[in-house]
Amino acid sequence: MNILVCIKQVPDTETKIKLGGTGIDTAGIKWIMNPYDEFAVEEALKLKAAKPETQVHVLTVGPKARAVEALRTALAMGADEGAVIDAPETLDNYNIAKAIAAASKTLGEFGILLSGKSAIDDNNFSVGQMVAAFLDIPHVTSVSKADYTEKGALLEREIEGGAKEIIEVEFPAMITANKGLNTPRYASLPGIMKAKKKVIKELALTDCGVDVANIKVKYTNFELPSDRPPVQMISGEPQEQAQKLVQLLRQEAKVI
Amino acid sequence: MAKILVFIESANNKIKKSSLELLSATTGNEVAAILIGDNVSTVAQGLKNYPVQKAFVFNNAALKDYNSSYYFSCFEQAIKKFSPDLVLASGSMAAKDLLPRVAAKFDGGIAGDCVGLKISGTKVEARRPLYSGKVLATAEFTDASKIKVVLMRPNQLPQPAEGASNCEITEETFTAPATKVRVKEVVKSSSAKPDLTEAGVIVSGGRGMKGPEHFKLLEDLAETIGATVGASRAVVDAGWVPHAMQVGQTGKTVAPNLYIAAGISGAIQHMAGMGSSKVIVAINKDPEAPIFKKATYGIVGDAFEILPKLKEEFSKLLSH
Repeated sequence: MNILVCIKQVPDTETKIKLGGTGIDTAGIKWIMNPYDEFAVEEALKLKAAKPETQVHVLTVGPKARAVEALRTALAMGADEGAVIDAPETLDNYNIAKAIAAASKTLGEFGILLSGKSAIDDNNFSVGQMVAAFLDIPHVTSVSKADYTEKGALLEREIEGGAKEIIEVEFPAMITANKGLNTPRYASLPGIMKAKKKVIKELALTDCGVDVANIKVKYTNFELPSDRPPVQMISGEPQEQAQKLVQLLRQEAKVI
Repeated sequence: MAKILVFIESANNKIKKSSLELLSATTGNEVAAILIGDNVSTVAQGLKNYPVQKAFVFNNAALKDYNSSYYFSCFEQAIKKFSPDLVLASGSMAAKDLLPRVAAKFDGGIAGDCVGLKISGTKVEARRPLYSGKVLATAEFTDASKIKVVLMRPNQLPQPAEGASNCEITEETFTAPATKVRVKEVVKSSSAKPDLTEAGVIVSGGRGMKGPEHFKLLEDLAETIGATVGASRAVVDAGWVPHAMQVGQTGKTVAPNLYIAAGISGAIQHMAGMGSSKVIVAINKDPEAPIFKKATYGIVGDAFEILPKLKEEFSKLLSH
């Protein structure tokens, strides 16, 4: 059974974000693979290790010149083949999912689709489920433990207040990964060398039936959040500090 | 005027606070609620105190626990009957799992984790933090979006005004669809506290707590003020507490009225998760800790000494 892992390239958290034009200024940003997608790639590689005939494909949607770097990272970790759907920065999650769903059919036959539960840049938590919807297959999100069988998997996902849900799903299915599912490996030097020779296919949005005029959500009015007022330091002995703080929380901040 | 379908969720036979909040953003529109679960008929009656015109109630033992294909079929039924312009929900685990599917199936866009919402006519704009809260932007739904789906971050909207409404409550028939995804078991947690994402008050601990045994200090304080306990990534990675308690980029995004951070230095990934808390209290030994740059109130000191004193002071105050 072959696996398709959908990954996204995102700005590194430590990167300073500046505004430019009608969005953010992407010059000087350090790009990384979305951290949750690393769990998805690792999960596919674990499955491949158990069943070596498994082929692991990685797919990304984004401006191809930079997005291929995320694919190279996944290929260096051990994925077999990569594909990039060249798309503008501003493509919305609906159309990203639509493109992935269409591409998944041309790239091969996949029993398992994997992705991170959300991307840390737009924090949307939606592409995996939308891909599943377009393909008419089940989805299970935010999975932190998985046991696989021939026909499906038994998955554990975290729900509210630390409660957990154990879900049985039949393949083909979309699974989105949460932290805790595994520990992603680092790409080895031989892995990096091998990755350079691996195939990266290029697809256009039009190949995937996506029309950019059909964008459902666009982002406007970018602004930097206003600075918080400076901190009020509370001095004194611990007893005094506690007293003052409780007083301030009651009388000034009015939150208690 | 827009037609809005609001996902009303309940816990312990009560409408969740995070669901009620949504109704403060829908005033002046045609509002219908959707309630799904087992024994939710009485819960639905509670909607008669709010400006909701209609409620679709799916009451069935099979709907006790969230199941994506069952809940989707309920939404499908309600959407076909009501044809909403906008589907509105709080960013609960169920909503985050389900509503992207709803958006895709009904040819619409989705904006999750929103902190502001503007509805004028059928035009919908949602304010969202992006890039770990370093930027704010408006998600604007275009005309190509046949349905608009918005998930609000809890604690961002005020509670709605109460007042009797003529909410027409209809019990809908649920027929279980064929499904390839089944909930085998739900392992409940022992905590009766609200989830971190919905909590109004959070007490969080970091590496400065020195070991899992000292989290008792945080739990004691949390008990006194009705808070939920959170943690930084470092202590989750060290295995002191489960991942469900992690606040931050690879944990939960929270927005309580009060966030008390004890022994947390304030890495950017942590700030990404708690930066929009209304009031932040930082207790740290290191006066240079970055958390003080974000905090409302700061105490340079030993959390082991401060936390018990705080508990004492809060007890005094709250017992009056």
